[in-house]
Amino acid sequence: MTLAAATNENLASLSNTLIYSAMAVYTLAFFAYIAEWLFGSRSKVGRTAAALTGKGTAEAAAPEIRVKTQGGTAVLERPKVVTRAASGARDVPDGPGAHGGDEQGDLYGRIAVSLTVLAFLIEAAGVVTRALSVERAPWGNMYEFNITFSTVAVGVYLGLLALRKNVRWIGLPLITTVLLDLGLAVTVLYTASDQLVPALHSYWLWIHVSTAIFCGAVFYVGAVSTLLYLFRDSYENKLASGGQPGRFASSVLERLPAAASLDKFSYRVNAAVFPLWTFTIIAGAIWAGDAWGRYWGWDPKETWSFITWVAYAAYLHARATAGWKGRKAAYLALIAFACWLFNYYGVNIFVSGKHSYAGV
Amino acid sequence: MSKTNTDTAGTGTTAPGTAASGAAGREDGDLTAAGSRLSTAPQEDAPTLPSLGVVGWARWFWRQLTSMRVALILLFLLSLGAIPGSLIPQTGQDETKVADFMERHDTLGPLYEKLGLFHVYSSVWFSAIYILLFVSLIGCIVPRTWQFVGQLRGRPPGAPRRLTRLPAYTTWRTEAAPEEVRAAALKILKGRRFRAHAAGDAVAAEKGYLREFGNLAFHVALIVMLVAFAWGQLFKSEGNKLVVEGDGFANTLTQYDDFKSGSLFSTDDLTPFSFDLKGFTGTYERTGPNKGTPRTYRADLTYSEGADGAERTTKVEVNKPLEIGDSKVYLVSHGYAPVVTVRDGKGKVVYRQPVPLLPLDSNVTSSGAIKVLDGYRNAQGAKEQLGFNAFFVPTFKGAGQGEMLSQFPALDNPVLAVSAYHGNLGVNSGIPQSVYQLDKSDMKEFKDSGGSLLKKRLEPGQTLTLPGGAGSITFEKEIKEWAGFQIVQQPGSGWALAGALAAIFGLAASLFVQRRRVWVRAVPGPDGVTVVEMAGLGRSESAKVPEELGALAGLLYDKAPGAPGPDPDPDPGSASEPGANATTDDPPAVPAEGAEKK
Ligand code: HEM
Repeated sequence: MTLAAATNENLASLSNTLIYSAMAVYTLAFFAYIAEWLFGSRSKVGRTAAALTGKGTAEAAAPEIRVKTQGGTAVLERPKVVTRAASGARDVPDGPGAHGGDEQGDLYGRIAVSLTVLAFLIEAAGVVTRALSVERAPWGNMYEFNITFSTVAVGVYLGLLALRKNVRWIGLPLITTVLLDLGLAVTVLYTASDQLVPALHSYWLWIHVSTAIFCGAVFYVGAVSTLLYLFRDSYENKLASGGQPGRFASSVLERLPAAASLDKFSYRVNAAVFPLWTFTIIAGAIWAGDAWGRYWGWDPKETWSFITWVAYAAYLHARATAGWKGRKAAYLALIAFACWLFNYYGVNIFVSGKHSYAGV
Repeated sequence: MSKTNTDTAGTGTTAPGTAASGAAGREDGDLTAAGSRLSTAPQEDAPTLPSLGVVGWARWFWRQLTSMRVALILLFLLSLGAIPGSLIPQTGQDETKVADFMERHDTLGPLYEKLGLFHVYSSVWFSAIYILLFVSLIGCIVPRTWQFVGQLRGRPPGAPRRLTRLPAYTTWRTEAAPEEVRAAALKILKGRRFRAHAAGDAVAAEKGYLREFGNLAFHVALIVMLVAFAWGQLFKSEGNKLVVEGDGFANTLTQYDDFKSGSLFSTDDLTPFSFDLKGFTGTYERTGPNKGTPRTYRADLTYSEGADGAERTTKVEVNKPLEIGDSKVYLVSHGYAPVVTVRDGKGKVVYRQPVPLLPLDSNVTSSGAIKVLDGYRNAQGAKEQLGFNAFFVPTFKGAGQGEMLSQFPALDNPVLAVSAYHGNLGVNSGIPQSVYQLDKSDMKEFKDSGGSLLKKRLEPGQTLTLPGGAGSITFEKEIKEWAGFQIVQQPGSGWALAGALAAIFGLAASLFVQRRRVWVRAVPGPDGVTVVEMAGLGRSESAKVPEELGALAGLLYDKAPGAPGPDPDPDPGSASEPGANATTDDPPAVPAEGAEKK
């Protein structure tokens, strides 16, 4: 065995160790998120109900006006901008987050985020060592897709947190699926590190696959918030019509942002990444043109990318179409994400096509 | 705390806050006007039934087809319709799989056939969906473009009477004269690249037209892409050619092994060029779980463009086709071509050439046929033809070790097995024949001593002697490689690419640019002090609108600083200051689209 091969094998096993360690730390983070939800106080429950039922319809006639301070009270000389919700929009405060405004819960939440950061760094190191061990982009097979995908998804989440977006509530569902994803990767999908077949030797691999993985990660975050929007929206609807949601539902949903905020968040996330997804497909077509002699041939993977693209386009259209905003558009977004998932797993596993040499 | 500024609105003479409740209807109309034409999206009207008459129906149908609702449904149908093509074998991809499917499914097969499910993407119903969608698209783009041009030529609508009712609002009092404030506002807005004009006691401004432009460009780009794709299909040509090391190819129809083209293609369209295959290199993984996986494939060529252009050298790899004009030469397959010599009974060489054999598996176990067509005379001196079935493995496991299957794709231990026939090869019967198969209907077997078909495994350099002085066949030590090339000529890909790029940029502009309006009103208050009001309105509610308004207000405030309010602020520390008609007794609710939230 050559010296280079030996280093590569060492790196590969180091990468495996790192991935397992990341899983362990994610598990700890998972429990910390659970603790945040469990110990978070429920005292804030009822804010939504108060907002929805307390004022009734008087609100529409006499809308609230709020003042936005320009950079704190020190600059009171500056004119302040008053903002107003559009008429017809439900005016509901955002929930306090998983900790429910409770100090202990918040502490657990912070611990969970710190652990997530740690696990993210370990996992990223795992991906990098894997890449070094194979001396190429770490996207040659499903195992590598999976570890990269979960790393990027967590990265997107941490990035949004770093930008001070109100997204900590995604933590628990995200880490749960990251653990599932990694579990699947190390058991079913594991492939020993290796080189690529000639068809994958191309700089388009870097471009096409990296953007595909990134889009997937962002679409995933969008899908989670869309799903939560649907729950939260029915909850608010129930409250508004005088219903009495169950205690568990109240406790969980009350802490989430308002339905309108969730809806807007998922729209922004999906819309922001849609041009990149378009680019991903086009980059794939250019690569296919180089590798297979045709830029579009309705190969199953191509077909499902197209289906996903059209489904997201339908979602964006729905958002701009009267009568389709809100829940209907949300269902479309979920369908679109299901298409993406099927493209990612289903096509590799159930359908054979030109893309199927990628490991599984 | 400074008392030079209070956030009072509604103290001016225009008295935005004093509108009587009876004027509510007029107010709403006023606000609708302010937000009108902020996009060119078609108005959604309920699908009411049309008035009678052909024209009525036609108009109704057209309106439905070009509505957002129907576009949405068609988009959904398009994605739904694309699904079966990915799950059912398609003739365009794999004919044999389709035949296989037909064989295995007696009832489903013919049904699928009828529904066009074996060629979904060219089926009637799939075409119907996308053609309707594109008709709808054109029917949508044309009026929207006109509207947009109108908006560009017109001016942003004037300020609504009550600016307080807009999503973002601010106000202050200043000593500066109203005209000065308006002039300053106009300058600031124009400096910020707003389209702005003075209208009555206010300045109206708008920005972000790029959004609409991008959106229209995106939809036009979709049409460009579709047309380029269709064009490419119609004028496309695609052929395959197997070239052995040392041989060449010239791009004319007769040289192709197989060729297909779009319905409008003519052979005159073939780009003139030629190339020679100087050598082929394949390397393979030697160890590990992926042993045998190809690592590199490379074909070294010399080529010349035109009828007799200068000769140039190049290499073609799997991802790196050779591009000549509209044509691309792809490396798509490779295999071995052992050099074989056939001699007649007198020892005269009647055949000597590399025989390309077709790979059967990933370790390049290959098979083919050797056909000696002329020049051979048998032991009796009569003209005859010889045929050999050939089976080749580049890496032989060893004699007596089961089947003759290759163990590795490289030439580690090559063995050629041949079986011999003589008679008439039937190549002149008029029926096209595969060069890789023997038509044995007019051929007789050579027999070995035991009376069965004569066959032998040859190592390089070995010879099989045919019985009865019929001659011999030698597997030479030279083994050539061959490369399979696909030559594709597809016009319009440049347009498709341009459309794709335009689509991305249009989309980005459409999704990231926010179209918004800003109004600045400056009027003398009852006490002679100027009241400045500013308001912003976006297409969708966005935190950016109030942020931008704040920044603009800051700029204008520098030019028109605050004046003391009519009555002092009772609670200067309070961050929440009710506007003109706010209900102070309510707890401050976070607006649905708050500036505080991200
Ligand atoms: C070929 C299929 C089509 C695709 C893939 C497509 C895709 C898209 C996408 C992705 C957007 C989002 C961009 C944005 O929100 O600004 C959009 C917006 C839009 N589309 Fe389409 N579209 C198609 C056909 C149509 C048709 C037939 C119409 C006419 C009814 C139409 C009218 C619009 C309008 C008005 C918008 C802007 C909505 C807004 O301003 O928010 N599109 N389209």
